[in-house]
This record gives sequence, C-alpha cells and structure tokens, in this order.
Amino acid sequence: MGVIGVIAVNAFRESLRDKILYNLVLFAGLLIGLSVVLADLSITEHHKVIADMGLAAINLIGVIIAMFVGISLVNKEIERRTIYTIMARPISRSCFIIGKYFGLALTLLVNMSVMLAVFLFTLWLYHVPIEPSLFQAVQLMFVEILVVTAIALFFSTFTSSTLSAIFTLGLYVIGHLTADLRAMVANSEGGIGKAVVDLLYYLCPNLEMLNIKGQAAVGVAAAPDYMLLASLYGLLYAGVLVTGACLVFQRRDF
Amino acid sequence: MDDIVTEDLSKSYPSGWPGRPPFVALDGLSLTVRRGEIFGFLGPNGAGKTTTLKILLGLVRATSGRALLLGQPVGDVATRRRIGFLPESPYFYDYLTAEEFLGFYGQLAGLNREVTTQRVNDLLQLVGLDEARTRQLRKFSKGMLQRIGLAQAIIHDPELVILDEPMTGLDPVGRKQVRDLILSLRDQGKTVFFSTHILHDVEMICDRVGLVMKGRLVASGRVDQLVRQDHIQSVEIVCQHIKTEGNALIHSLATRVLQQGPQCLIVLPSPDAVDALVGEIRRQGGRLLSVTPHKASLEDLFFHEASQAASRVSAQVTGGRAS
Repeated sequence: MGVIGVIAVNAFRESLRDKILYNLVLFAGLLIGLSVVLADLSITEHHKVIADMGLAAINLIGVIIAMFVGISLVNKEIERRTIYTIMARPISRSCFIIGKYFGLALTLLVNMSVMLAVFLFTLWLYHVPIEPSLFQAVQLMFVEILVVTAIALFFSTFTSSTLSAIFTLGLYVIGHLTADLRAMVANSEGGIGKAVVDLLYYLCPNLEMLNIKGQAAVGVAAAPDYMLLASLYGLLYAGVLVTGACLVFQRRDF
Repeated sequence: MDDIVTEDLSKSYPSGWPGRPPFVALDGLSLTVRRGEIFGFLGPNGAGKTTTLKILLGLVRATSGRALLLGQPVGDVATRRRIGFLPESPYFYDYLTAEEFLGFYGQLAGLNREVTTQRVNDLLQLVGLDEARTRQLRKFSKGMLQRIGLAQAIIHDPELVILDEPMTGLDPVGRKQVRDLILSLRDQGKTVFFSTHILHDVEMICDRVGLVMKGRLVASGRVDQLVRQDHIQSVEIVCQHIKTEGNALIHSLATRVLQQGPQCLIVLPSPDAVDALVGEIRRQGGRLLSVTPHKASLEDLFFHEASQAASRVSAQVTGGRAS
C-alpha cells in the first residue's frame, strides 16, 4: 500500500472511531423512519413521500458529514500539531491531501451504504417499489458529496475552520441556485448583472445538475448519458478543487 | 562529514500591520552538526529553537539562507526516510493504540508489513510500553506519550534523529530513560540533534552544544570548551584557626568570608589569589582544610548570554527611539 493508501486508511479509521458519525447515521435512520409517519398523514402518494423523505435524509446527513469532517480534515491536523510528525516523513504534501480526501470519501461511501440499506429496508417494509431511479439518485448524491468534501478541503487549506464552514456552506447554496439565477437573467439585455451571474454559473459548481431526487422518487429514471455526464462533471470539479488544495497546501507554513 | 548544516538562516514573520517591522524569529543562524554526535540546541523560550527545527524538517520555509540535511537541501522528500523527528509536547492520533500508532508511522516511512511488525515489537519493548500495546493513546500519561513519540521517531531506524524538547514535562525517571535512549542512539552511530532548555541534561549527554538567543547563535562547541573560555572560575577555601576580622589582605582577595567558630570559608573570585591566601593562612599558623575550584557551569554561560542578548535588545530599542 502506498503512502496515499496509508493516510486514507488512517483517516477512515479516525472516522470509524468518531462517535459523532454514528450519531449522524442514527439520525438519518430516524429521519427515514419519520418518513413512514409522514406518509401515513398524507392522503395520497404514500410511496412518494417515503421515497422523497428517505432520499432527502440521506442527502442531508451526507452533506453535513462531508462539510464538517471535510473542514476539520486538515485544520484539525494543524491545530493538534499531528501534522508535524506526518510531514517529517518521506511523503509529499500533495500525497497527504489526496490521502485524507480518499479516506473521507471512503468514510462517506460506507456511511451512505449504511443509510441506503436502512432506506431500502424501510421501502421493503412498507411495500414501496424499489425503482432503479432511486439508486441513480443516490449515485449522484454521492458525487455531490464528493464535490462538497473537495470544497471544504480546499478552503480548509488556507482559512480557519469557521471561515471554511461559511465559505463551503455559501458555495453549496450558490451551487444549487446558479442554474435558476441564470435562467432568471437569460432574457435580460446583458450588463454587469448578467455577466456576474454568467461568471458565477461557470465558476461555481452546478450542484443542481446532481440533484435528481424529485424525479427518482416518482420512479422516473435519468438517461444513462445524463448520468455519465453529470458524474464526470462532479468528479472533474472535485478533482480540480483537490488539485487546488494541494497547490495551496504546498506553500503553507506550519 | 556534517549531518546538519545551516548557513545564514533567517526567518521573519510579517507583523500584519502596515509600517510595523516584521517579527524576526531567526537572524542569520549558522551551525553544523557532525555525524554521530549528540548536539544540544540550547536557548530560552522564544529564542528560535523550534523555528530552526521546523525549517530543517520543511514545515516552515526560511526567509533567507541555506540548510542541508544529510547533504541534501531541506524539503527533499527522499531524505526524510533517513530522519526521525519528535516534536515538542507531541500530540498524536489519540484514537490509535500504541501498536497501531507505531505501525502507521512505520508504513509511512516505507517499511513493509513484516519489518514494521518486528520493529513495533522491538520498540515497544525498548521504551517499556509492551504491556500498553493495545491501549489507545488517549489513555497514556505524558511520560508514556513522550516514550511512544520517541519510538515513532526511530521506527524506521533513521541516521539522524531530531528531537524538540524531549525531556520537558518528564519526571526524573522519565528524563533518565530518555537520556539513556539518546545515548544508546549515539552508540548505534546515529546523530542526535535536540533542543532543550534543561541544562543539566545537556551537560550530561551532549558532545557539543549550540546556544541560541534572539534568533542568533551566540556560542557553539564542546561544553567544557565553552565554559572554560568564557567564564571566571571561583575557588572555595576552608581553613581553621585564623583571624579574618579586620584582615585587610583577606578581605581584599575574597569575594565572601564566612566565619563559623574556628572554621572559616573564603571564596576567591579566581585561582590567581589562592597562593596569596594560603600564604596568609600559614603566616597566621592556621590549618588549611580544603581548596575547591568551582568551574563555571553551562548555566552561568546561559545566563550571561541571556543578559547580554537582553542588553543588546534594550540598546537597539533605546537607539531606535533616540534616532
């Protein structure tokens, strides 16, 4: 196993021994369970409510973990000075960043798998048909979470934990709004406002592209081409951010 | 062959306010550490010891100057395979058990699984933590953390071991264990470079020392050389049956005279006055009991240089205000 693997496995082990993550996954289980109660309250579309709530719960908890663990991924190492002994080893700073990122990605993969299993069990228990579209939605959710982790990691290489949290949350919200904003100014006659929105559209991640929960809950599958394109877009965006994080981290003093 | 070479190494941090001068942590530090020696890097808090160590390990970039480790420029990743490091007040991954912790650092150093397992077992024995091998580090005492920290620094059998304040916060037993471990590293032919402000340990185990004050190396060499060069020795003479009261000669020679019954303790500022005093004791028919020369200690040198550095700074401040 290379050094990236060693760092990744250690980051994964750290997450496994962190009780907060278990609590969050438990909370996701409760939310999924709550969807059954809410479905009982609705007059029609029981199945849609359960599927909708379940997907939203997986997404919410996944994003929370990605954001907050992603922010602390590097900052915690610097604040607790554990980075000193790591950087004194024959590993490059880029390997460290990439290893930490993969470690968290692995943690998120395991967490999402657990949440997905609880979700599928709930669907089966209440005789909700398990459509392939649900798996597609979870797949793109995972890609979105990889992007959010990369954003958090990028900011945490040069700012404090608090500022990283604010920036990551801001970019996450903007990422879900850029398409709508662009549509709003599409018919305007140009000017600075349109230029700014255009800039934001191309610069910020288009996270709405990775959101197919609504159609998945009613069993409408996305085209394979779309799935491939959206996944590649998300992974490429995350890759650019991790590369940026490596470049910034190279220049940092501890 | 020199394992560590720094030439005119400087590091300054911007003050963060326009117009204010930057904070100078290191100011043209040049030193060499030879292969196979124990080098003590001395200085008070804030003198620049940790900054120097951080530059050597590539954790901080020097503002100017040059540093070589094992003949390679600092920052060379491959060279770090031959270096071990223990930071000050080490904070480790406290969720790991002792054996997981050492295994992790062994793998980071590029050791294969078999060698890592063997080294982990050997080192846990060596630092006396074999019984705590499955205990998480969060349950370790400070002394145990320092010992496991030392073990991680040498897990890959490095040629050069850099330790930042390895004895700080340890009880006498823990300090002795660390001292013994450092000496055993030298016996294995390794170079040990460690920073400290515990002078007693330095005098006991170091081949050479460097004294840093306000970011500058103010003295460097063997302890006995440094102490002999720079400081006046005092001599204590104990004698009986002489009259010291009103004796102008004795009072002119001595810095201190203590009379207790028939016995008298006379402290002379230098050995030059011993003959004259012994002559006076004989002239009075007194009895000479002992002549004890007191060598200046490293502590004297430390305080002497610290006060000189403080004077330099206050002179600079005064000069700055005057101009």
